[in-house]
Amino acid sequence: MRILITGGHVIDPSQEFAGRADIVIEDGLIKTFAKDKKLRNNGLPEHIMVIDAAGMWVVPGLIDMHTHLREPGYENKETIKTGTMAALRGGFTTVCAMPNTNPVNDNPGVTEFILKKARAEGNARVLPIGAVTKGQMGEELAPIYMMREAGCIAFSDDGRPVANPLIMRRALEYAKGLDALIISHAEDPLLSGGGVMNEGLLSATMGLKGSPAIAEEVMIYRDIALSELTGGRVHIAHVSTLGGVRVIRQAKERGVAVTAETCPHYFSLTQEAVTGFNTHAKVNPPLRTQKDVEAIKEGLKDGAIDIIATDHAPHGRAEKASRQFDDAPPGISGLETALPLSLALVEKGVLSEMELIRKLTRNPARILRIDGGTLMEGMPAELAIVDTQRRFVLKAGSFMSLGKNTPFDGMELKGAVVKTIFGEKVMEWQPA
Amino acid sequence: MASAGSRHLLGIKELSAEEIMFYLNSAGSFKDILKRDIKKVPALRGRTVVNLFLEPSTRTRTSFELAAKRLSTDVINFSAPSSSILKGESLLDTALTIEALGADIIIIRNSSSGTPHMLSRHLKAHLINAGDGTNEHPTQALLDAFTIKEKKGGFEGLKVSIVGDIIHSRVAKSNIYCLKKLGADIRLVGPATLLPEEFRELGVSTTSSMDEGLDGADVIMMLRLQLERQGKGFFPTTDEYFRQWGLSKKRLEAAKPDAIVMHPGPMNRGIEIASAVADGENSVILEQVTNGLAVRMAVMYHLDERKEQ
Repeated sequence: MRILITGGHVIDPSQEFAGRADIVIEDGLIKTFAKDKKLRNNGLPEHIMVIDAAGMWVVPGLIDMHTHLREPGYENKETIKTGTMAALRGGFTTVCAMPNTNPVNDNPGVTEFILKKARAEGNARVLPIGAVTKGQMGEELAPIYMMREAGCIAFSDDGRPVANPLIMRRALEYAKGLDALIISHAEDPLLSGGGVMNEGLLSATMGLKGSPAIAEEVMIYRDIALSELTGGRVHIAHVSTLGGVRVIRQAKERGVAVTAETCPHYFSLTQEAVTGFNTHAKVNPPLRTQKDVEAIKEGLKDGAIDIIATDHAPHGRAEKASRQFDDAPPGISGLETALPLSLALVEKGVLSEMELIRKLTRNPARILRIDGGTLMEGMPAELAIVDTQRRFVLKAGSFMSLGKNTPFDGMELKGAVVKTIFGEKVMEWQPA
Repeated sequence: MASAGSRHLLGIKELSAEEIMFYLNSAGSFKDILKRDIKKVPALRGRTVVNLFLEPSTRTRTSFELAAKRLSTDVINFSAPSSSILKGESLLDTALTIEALGADIIIIRNSSSGTPHMLSRHLKAHLINAGDGTNEHPTQALLDAFTIKEKKGGFEGLKVSIVGDIIHSRVAKSNIYCLKKLGADIRLVGPATLLPEEFRELGVSTTSSMDEGLDGADVIMMLRLQLERQGKGFFPTTDEYFRQWGLSKKRLEAAKPDAIVMHPGPMNRGIEIASAVADGENSVILEQVTNGLAVRMAVMYHLDERKEQ
């Protein structure tokens, strides 16, 4: 199949290109990337599907470094099939699947199961992340080498911190020998002490146990220090605090090989979203204060934060709606709102269009050391076409994800993915 | 006076000063009933009230039960050990079942903050929060305000000191919102581990010094100290706690001579309050209990009037 995407505003950070360009796709690969306009007038092969992208952005398929696909074990929340369809809907063509499944992805058997399932039923590329420790228990190292051989792209006990500093040190030392990336869920569990929202006046007046910002900050400190000591590569997941951004920035200034991500909810919402015991705004780390939101934006702007990831964490309806705040599971179904929420950063002048797309494509590719996130000729055809001006009221009920849990339900968002191309697959979307 | 407002009593946070005063005035009428020989009125005859208490409680549950009976309702008590919650049924399912049995008013106490708020999104019955985690205990604040009004006449500029484990106390929080809305001048006193300075943003003052905290006080509210906090690093020993924040006769001298001493009960004598003070002439602790009945009757009576919108 041949496809011509014409008239769009193409942004490809891998080529430092932003401007008018036409793209020809043939047999699932980028055949031609034409920065001039001649393509449309001559030399077009016959039997070509023409996509008019006038007024739209055309960007490389987004890469999500932080996705919970829930399979195996929690198929009521999400499956590889539905999660990857939600990914395409959100413009993501690659997702990294966190290992807190049941069983935990802490051995090559589970890794192989996920990859096999993804080949059979997946709609987008799935890159499994293996656990750092067996059962994510933080006690014994998982077989990192064998899992990598089986296809794991990185290692994390996400959802749980590696609380024991000695185990984290060993993990980084061991991973260094394999040049494997360790992703840190930065939370000191003794300081966070079972907190269910950000610690402060609001948690005190709502009678909810607070998780203080310092619980994140000290853990980021620790893992950066251990990375410096060992030379192991560490990536800090879902940074949510002013202090966290500052620590990462300082480390980068002295040349530490740390990288970091944040998620759209940490620059779009504050802790006030939990008012009325709204379990859809319960997420870990918790939503913070306006100061933190500003610091996250500053970190995105100055490069302290390298990427935007979704931390897509789908849950069943009753798990959020029918439980008390303390008992409701944390998490936001994020794949289908990440791009519109992130586009607001361009609108507000926090990021240029190039920088935004870089943080959603090239930077995760660089950190993961994969080839994706590019529209270069010869590469697999993975791209999204985005109507950045389209306004719509979000209806979580229409998510492709089984997880309809989002605090953004009913809000007006701006910017919708209208088409996603993944190899031979061309998907067309209506904003929800 | 019309009884406008929410169909539920979830917290004081959600009430206006006018609504609070409405309940206090109405409670006065119900207190008069309680002084009669025949203390029962047919106001809510035929209504069913369910006490859904998932945390141990004797005084609050008994108070609600008696208040409901004084209004001629049928009362059913569900408590944690006998309830199906222990059999693995979800709290929401239990509440829906109780509603299906015909409950008009459900009084809920639970250890998790926000439980009544969650239930209010699923139930048609009127809900009364009888204490949710460390969030609120609105009827306690109303009965405390009622008691203060009786003793002091009003609230404007009244110096109220609330002493103890503020962060974990739903009583303290409901009282802070209530008395603040009514114009009192509130001081919070306690160890810094149990009293975050952020509370100042609510327009109250905070101090860890008992003498400073009680200076010139009109009302002293002592809070129950949860003894298990000792093991978690909030304070070293109960002896040390009493030395610093216990209300002794000597300490009481810092307050105005006619200050009233309140306690929501149950008391830890010798830990947060000396027996000489608890049983002394400034104490209104037993009157609080009596007033609780009148306030709870008023709340049930007026919620029942409010139909679904």
